[in-house]
Amino acid sequence: MVERESPQGKRVSLFVTCMVDMLYPDTGMSVVDVLTHLGVEVDFPMGQTCCGQPAFNAGYRQEARQVAIQFLKAFKDAAVIVTPSGSCGAMVRHEYPRLFADDPLWGDEARRLANITWEFTEFIVDGLGITDLNGRLPTPQTIAFHDSCHGLRLLGLKQASRALVGNLENATIVEWDNSETCCGFGGLFSVKMADVSGAMLAKKIDHIEQSEADAIITGDVSCLTHMNNGLQKQGKRPRVKHIADLLAEGIRDGKSVE
Amino acid sequence: MENRSNNFIAAAQIAIHDADLQTAVSFGTHSGFSKRQAAMFADGEEHGQAMRQQAAAIKRHGLNHLPDLLEQAEANMQANGIQVLWAVDSAEANQHVLEIAQRHNVQSVVKSKSMVTEETGLNHALEAASIEVLETDLGEYIVQLGEETPSHIVVPIVHKTKESIRDLLIEKANMPPTDDTEAMARFARETLRQRFLAADMGISGGNFILAETGSICLVSNEGNARLTTSLPRVHVALVGIEKVIATVADYATLTQVLPRSATGQTMTVYTHLINGPRQPDETDGPEHVYVIFVDNGRSDIYNTDYVEALACIRCGACLNGCPVYQATGGHAYGWVYPGPIGAVITPLLTGLENASPLPYASSLCGMCKAVCPVDIDIPRMLLDLRHDLVEMGKGGTVWNAGMKAWALGTKSPTIFNLGGHAAALARHIMPKSLPGPLKGWTDYRTSPKFAPKSFRQLWQERTGEADEQS
Repeated sequence: MVERESPQGKRVSLFVTCMVDMLYPDTGMSVVDVLTHLGVEVDFPMGQTCCGQPAFNAGYRQEARQVAIQFLKAFKDAAVIVTPSGSCGAMVRHEYPRLFADDPLWGDEARRLANITWEFTEFIVDGLGITDLNGRLPTPQTIAFHDSCHGLRLLGLKQASRALVGNLENATIVEWDNSETCCGFGGLFSVKMADVSGAMLAKKIDHIEQSEADAIITGDVSCLTHMNNGLQKQGKRPRVKHIADLLAEGIRDGKSVE
Repeated sequence: MENRSNNFIAAAQIAIHDADLQTAVSFGTHSGFSKRQAAMFADGEEHGQAMRQQAAAIKRHGLNHLPDLLEQAEANMQANGIQVLWAVDSAEANQHVLEIAQRHNVQSVVKSKSMVTEETGLNHALEAASIEVLETDLGEYIVQLGEETPSHIVVPIVHKTKESIRDLLIEKANMPPTDDTEAMARFARETLRQRFLAADMGISGGNFILAETGSICLVSNEGNARLTTSLPRVHVALVGIEKVIATVADYATLTQVLPRSATGQTMTVYTHLINGPRQPDETDGPEHVYVIFVDNGRSDIYNTDYVEALACIRCGACLNGCPVYQATGGHAYGWVYPGPIGAVITPLLTGLENASPLPYASSLCGMCKAVCPVDIDIPRMLLDLRHDLVEMGKGGTVWNAGMKAWALGTKSPTIFNLGGHAAALARHIMPKSLPGPLKGWTDYRTSPKFAPKSFRQLWQERTGEADEQS
């Protein structure tokens, strides 16, 4: 991968993602709160919609390009893009350069934006070099991670979220052997191959139920929706939380003075 | 072999509700996966990853020089006394075997494990010519007894429980009843031994072909490959043209990643480097050795963006690691090669229109690429195949229309926001079961709930920013 320019000291343009925008606006606000807490200036380009991944993953590249062009337009003034999703982040980082590889009009801009896009935890830990938010959870919680597939395998995310949570007072991390197993979402896969996806989800839910963790932390609201709505369907406690919400909870009170 | 891949969704659903299959596949894949992890990274993560990258480079080098390496292999094999034949498709491959059998008056054949002969349907061709054929790999023997097909590249009976294997051996092979797996294996071994001694021809596959020396390389654990290739008068090896690698040194690397990835072993119990028929000063070995290089669609891939699919060394690691394979087992995929690599090469070798669900049989979790010993980018190829399907007009009318409408609404921030407002208003009337193709979602999860106010509304309220859209 090309060595990326440090994002330190630059204004951040938030790419909130379509799902956070419409389903989890509070998670978007958590991202803003954490970044602001770190002294980062945040803006929100109003022209943003979606990265185009749903169409891209379904094989509809023409449609994906149309939507991706809107992304390129919306973020034309961005110096740094931060997104609370490993999956959407990977779409911009890895697929945009491919999608616009031979495009004389949009190719350069696609490559530029790919290079300045950071997933939320990656931005804080690798970009800003911060692992301790000086935060404290209101009550003690045991935390397990669900390493969302695209963040884990396309962006190499795993340690950043653990470092940030590990430094929160009152947070105890428990490892389980299911952190890297796909929950079965896969976007349109969950609809097109509903039974297979459902079988994968059922196994994931069994593992969640066996886990002693109070909360399962993930970096993608898509996986979160899949698992929580699956738990709900089975009458079980939805306990999957986005990392930004947990961190925002942590920074509301500072660490206790010893 | 007949291709039933277009039936994937229905077959998968049946497999998901087959309790025995679920027990067996879950045990087999998880055991295979954890053994692989342990063996691959026994000397640390970095060492394991370095082995993978070295192996990947070797296979790609082999593919880049494939035509030259095949010629070199042929010349060196011929110099060693191996007769080399070429088959453009299944029919020609089987025809070659039948002609060799006729030439040497072959009545009975023993086979060691070979996936390429599953492609060509060789057993049926031999049986049709009244030649007895017996699979001697324990798993393949059980597959043959059960008149099934292998459901895994390395572990053909991963879908079967110990109990179902026992019942099959009692019913079809007159095994004295026992629950002891060792006793079952001993029974199979004794049965097979008589047949080895009586066979006229041994048929094997080939894990690698070494161009530099003209050697056929085979790895195995049961000893059946050694008996198959050394006891009968005639040995025939059928290998895909992509199996050729350049040097012995290349083989030294690949033989480190293949057993580690396949069975979690540092090396297999047996490794064979077969260089030719019995020499005058040797006491055993076949009188005649043939190699049949099988194309069967491979050269059609060679000049495409899918060429890296030919780097596959058939270790099965992507099957064991794949959550879809774990849920469905191998038969649902409908052809010879199941799992993620099967989802790629089945459409490529048999035609995308004959395997159109397979590129979608993946959540794109990326585990297959992560565990592949030669780092094949399977998710990338699945995405490309999906695109090919759409380009062929095989996206499906509902999806075509849906995607067009979605793009139209999402490329415009104004329409997108209106849609968001509408969804927010409708959030209280979301049905418990969604309509049309979305019904699959609510079969297993509750409907997603839209927020009363979108993030952009909250943002505007907080910052007082006007709604300026670019």
